[in-house]
Amino acid sequence: MTSAEDGRDATRFLSLAQRRILAAACARLVPADEYGPGADEAGAVDYIEGLLGAFLVYPPRIWAGGPFSGRFGGEASFASFHRLTAVDELAWRTRIEGSKGIAERERLGPVAGLQERYTEGLAALGDDFPALPPEEQDHRLRSAGSFLDLLYQHVCEGLYAAPEYGGNRDLAGWRSIGYLGDVQPRGYPDEEVSGA
Amino acid sequence: MTTRDFHTIIVGSGPGGSTVADELTQAGRSVVIFERGHNHLIDPAHPDDLMQVFSNDELKYTERHFLGPDPWLEPRTFRQSEADGERLHVGEVNNLPATVGGGGVHADGKLPRFREDDFRVLSELGPIDGATVADWPLTYDDLEPHYATAERLVGVAGLAGANPFAPWRSSPYPMPPGPPMYAGLVTSEAAGRLGYHPYPAPTGVNSVPYDGRPACNNCGFCANFGCPIHAKGDPVAMLRRALRTGRAELRADAFVSRILVQGGRATGVEWIDRDGQTHQELSEDVVVAAGAMETPRLLLLSGFTNENIGRNIMFHMQTYVLGEVPFRVHGHIGRSVTHAHDDHIIVDDPARKAAQAAGLPWIKGGFVEHASPAHVIAEAKLYPWGHEHRRLMRDSPMRDRLLGFCMQGEDLPQATNRVDLDPSVRDVRGVPVARTTYKVHRHEIVASQHHGARLRSIVQETGADRIFLATSPMATDELRGLHSAISMLPISRHVAGTARMGRDPKTSVCDEWGRLWEASNVLVADSSLFPTISGYGPTLTLVALAIRNVRAFLGRQAEVKR
Repeated sequence: MTSAEDGRDATRFLSLAQRRILAAACARLVPADEYGPGADEAGAVDYIEGLLGAFLVYPPRIWAGGPFSGRFGGEASFASFHRLTAVDELAWRTRIEGSKGIAERERLGPVAGLQERYTEGLAALGDDFPALPPEEQDHRLRSAGSFLDLLYQHVCEGLYAAPEYGGNRDLAGWRSIGYLGDVQPRGYPDEEVSGA
Repeated sequence: MTTRDFHTIIVGSGPGGSTVADELTQAGRSVVIFERGHNHLIDPAHPDDLMQVFSNDELKYTERHFLGPDPWLEPRTFRQSEADGERLHVGEVNNLPATVGGGGVHADGKLPRFREDDFRVLSELGPIDGATVADWPLTYDDLEPHYATAERLVGVAGLAGANPFAPWRSSPYPMPPGPPMYAGLVTSEAAGRLGYHPYPAPTGVNSVPYDGRPACNNCGFCANFGCPIHAKGDPVAMLRRALRTGRAELRADAFVSRILVQGGRATGVEWIDRDGQTHQELSEDVVVAAGAMETPRLLLLSGFTNENIGRNIMFHMQTYVLGEVPFRVHGHIGRSVTHAHDDHIIVDDPARKAAQAAGLPWIKGGFVEHASPAHVIAEAKLYPWGHEHRRLMRDSPMRDRLLGFCMQGEDLPQATNRVDLDPSVRDVRGVPVARTTYKVHRHEIVASQHHGARLRSIVQETGADRIFLATSPMATDELRGLHSAISMLPISRHVAGTARMGRDPKTSVCDEWGRLWEASNVLVADSSLFPTISGYGPTLTLVALAIRNVRAFLGRQAEVKR
């Protein structure tokens, strides 16, 4: 299959079918309401793709740049991700891709990578997951064990981490809770520190 | 034959190592500072232009180990006692940053002094069974001038006279306190109504422009983050002074794996670069300031044999008492902590009675930080998924409507609490890692319960509906069964005691001037030296102590040459 046929492109790890399952799961973990979009619409899927496919781009999407995002002044630099040293790359590739029997990745024992955990976790939710009624989707999520914990952790990150990591689309996560996020170099005036 | 390029090798670029680098270079000596982590702080060629890398980015600092160490590359191991087998846990164990600037980078900069009593706990309060309580081989009066120097170097904002329990001081704070945070005002008023004595916490965060760096602008990303505008002075100020002399070299991504010793004297170090290549660097003397877990690790890797190396490790027994209030407190606006009170450090009548009831001669609490959570990813993970999630995030009972205290309770030294080399776990370089064996003494549990109840009454006074109490490490036996080994692992990031100083090599690792008994040209310059930890954060004291000890060291080196 070519990448076009299975819905993959060069910067994505998951297939289109996997993304659909993931989006449906994200929408159940944090559903849309009157205050904002669900986690799927708010970018959690893109955030997770950004992590699983961190090494499909260069520099890898691990550490966003600094010091400022440009949202409150200063030159925007968060989108310029840091280059990694060879040793940092070893750690993050091991976490994301798994140890795959490679000796230097198994110093502390075999590591199941995030890619593998997502591939298996999404398969267990099932290809029919997006079409299921919400109660049945929740039931499958509750049966997903440690994958549910992993997914929820990433959904929280995808909603409330800086948007340069791929989630928090149009600041939907922060806006839905009335949070400004990074405010440098403006900061907050002293009156807001001390006032009620 | 390799030659000596530097007078002194310094291991570690945190507050201790940077202070020593400053003192030595001002005195005309040349130094090379080895730092195992990356350099995101200061360009050695242009020390006046600080690097612009740190950011308000919760993910990067709290989930992705930007300041290091990566717990997979450089794990530590933990167990409570030998009965647990070789280890219970591999990974993060009370890690301080591995980065240029060390623990000074991530700290929110609360920099209190110790009190006079803290230097003579044994003679003031007496021994406690099972603990190796000791007096320091120096007094507060000996250290006071160095505390004053340290406060001026770092730039500490505070208000002299505001804390009735404070030790005497020869000079005012170099800066006034910064703007008080709202949550701290609420808890301080409540504490005051109940007879406690809250005061503006002394912090190494600029309240006005200082030493060529700007005033803090209250961004809220203080504890656990590097400061994007360099309004935190520790240890930037000392590193910068050292580099400006042209006599200091800063070598990042360089791990010292062994001190080379010949005939009772250090001759240099063996170090490993970022590509895994091993090198040697020779010097007249060596300063070890790697932090209270890495310092004993290095001493043991170097083959030193003093039986006390690594023993008596202390953390703080942290007691968190937090209340959910019916109003918003915006802990994300301001410099993390602006208020404190010291009442729980005093061994008063109620504390004596609580001790007696528990069969202990005395109990001591610690510095109480008035605090409120600030960060939203951490908060989100506390709530359940589903429709509740967004309602809770908007109501924010666990962040924006949570206020209260963290007490840094004094942790007694015990010989069985120790750091040694893990028998089989290795870091990415193949070097044995530090293993911590640690269990709290009953003193800490009794003190936490006594003072926790008092803190609860203050939180109640603020109008809180629900109050939560938690300790690190987990204190109560009933809860132990319900939690993993991780909850027994202290998270204070205040670590001390593993190369204690004293007057007798049978009971200490370093002499009264911080020099290794086994090699007098090796100076230890971090909180490893502390015989007791007190109820205060260790940083300002370790900086003051480093100044005292390195000045004595310089004098002695001069004598040797004459």
